[in-house]
Amino acid sequence: MNALFSQFDLWSAFWMTIKLTVIGAIGSLILGTLVAVLRLSPVRMLRAAGTAYVTVFRNTPLTLIVFACSLVLWQTLGITLANDHSRDFFTVNNFRLALVALIVYHASFVCEALRSGVNTIPLGQAEAARSIGLTFTQSLREVVLPQAFRGAVTPLGNTLIALTKNTTVVMTIGVAELAYQLARINEFRSDLLNLAFAVMAMLFVILTVPVGIFLNTFSKRLAVKR
Amino acid sequence: MTNRSVPLSTPAADAVAAATGEPLIVLTGVNKHFGDLHVLRDIDLTVAKGEVVVVLGPSGSGKSTLCRAINRLETYESGSITIDGMPLPEEGAALARLRADVGMVFQAFNLFAHKTILQNVTLGPIKVRGRSKAQAEKRAIELLTRVGVEQQAHKYPAQLSGGQQQRVAIARSLAMEPKAMLFDEPTSALDPEMINEVLDVMGQLAQEGMTMIVVTHEMGFARRAADRVIFMSDGQVLEQAPPEEFFNHPTTERAKDFLGKILTH
Repeated sequence: MNALFSQFDLWSAFWMTIKLTVIGAIGSLILGTLVAVLRLSPVRMLRAAGTAYVTVFRNTPLTLIVFACSLVLWQTLGITLANDHSRDFFTVNNFRLALVALIVYHASFVCEALRSGVNTIPLGQAEAARSIGLTFTQSLREVVLPQAFRGAVTPLGNTLIALTKNTTVVMTIGVAELAYQLARINEFRSDLLNLAFAVMAMLFVILTVPVGIFLNTFSKRLAVKR
Repeated sequence: MTNRSVPLSTPAADAVAAATGEPLIVLTGVNKHFGDLHVLRDIDLTVAKGEVVVVLGPSGSGKSTLCRAINRLETYESGSITIDGMPLPEEGAALARLRADVGMVFQAFNLFAHKTILQNVTLGPIKVRGRSKAQAEKRAIELLTRVGVEQQAHKYPAQLSGGQQQRVAIARSLAMEPKAMLFDEPTSALDPEMINEVLDVMGQLAQEGMTMIVVTHEMGFARRAADRVIFMSDGQVLEQAPPEEFFNHPTTERAKDFLGKILTH
């Protein structure tokens, strides 16, 4: 156990997983909400754009999106997300590209979770909002989305937990999170592999189980009584 | 203005008095289909300022659709609807402004389920009319007091009875200071003992001179509060008359049949 932690920087790997999860969650929540607004809008072109987004990103394997961010965005198109001259350019650039991939991928699931939340709201709520003179955006912001989020807590939670575990995919572009360290352990200290697996599993359980329990209580408390 | 403080004033006089008012809501040749179903057929209707029009008719006759079309919650294919001389805009901010001027009370109340009673009533004034929170809340409490639910101001809609919810819905519409109010079967979802508390509030409004279009099955309310009764069937306006005249001397067979079924049970 000591050898594992002293030879491999598991704590910073764990911290990296947490950062990917938290920033990825916030980013995909924001982007997913925007896409959901597109899909709910009365304008046909915007709806089509939202649908296209979800179709493309929900149906593309995450690994492919992660690679595309690295190979296409950065290496081919030369888009960098960090200062080229800084010493930790590769670390920061890969970390940010990984976030982009996680966010665009999970945003499509957030969008669909929110739309399922919108479907739990009786049509009359939006009609009442319009009847007192709220505009489309106002009625979304004041009436529809707040209730949609409450109705969508459970599917949003699923997406959050999936996101936590999906962060392991970004090791493929060299982001030093937990799975990346696991691969290194496998390479350099395969005698510790069984222990390493157990420790990794524990660390993920520590992240995901409390989230699940919290979301359960949260969704009960927030549920809109009708 | 019609004098409605004397409930049994002669209906003919009422109708005349109301008819002299300026027209507020004018529908001309309005047509609408739901697929093959022709729900509104060439509807012509003029409602004067301060007039109370009750729309009666069997279910499926298009009366709810008519009511909703005036607020453009339903689109229509041809014809025109003007409110206070302004044609109904098709969409966007102009439509939102117009809707703010026309209150709507729904069969299913449709109070915002995630907001308190007070927030339900202040949302429109704050967001649409740009009132301050304090101003809006002061006015909201006045209105809630008027409809008798000020005790419930900090509860959520689901904690109120149906009758209380519907009275809040009326207060929510009134908070926008509308030029006219539309009621789409406001008592149809209520337990019998709660119907009167809502009708009382509506009767009061009528007496105060609010322009109202009321779709209802409450014949008592129609007799008491209406200046004019409109009878619809199969998407058409078949009869228009002051209530006493309509109830005592319906002219069409369809109306006689309808009244026979309703009034004898």
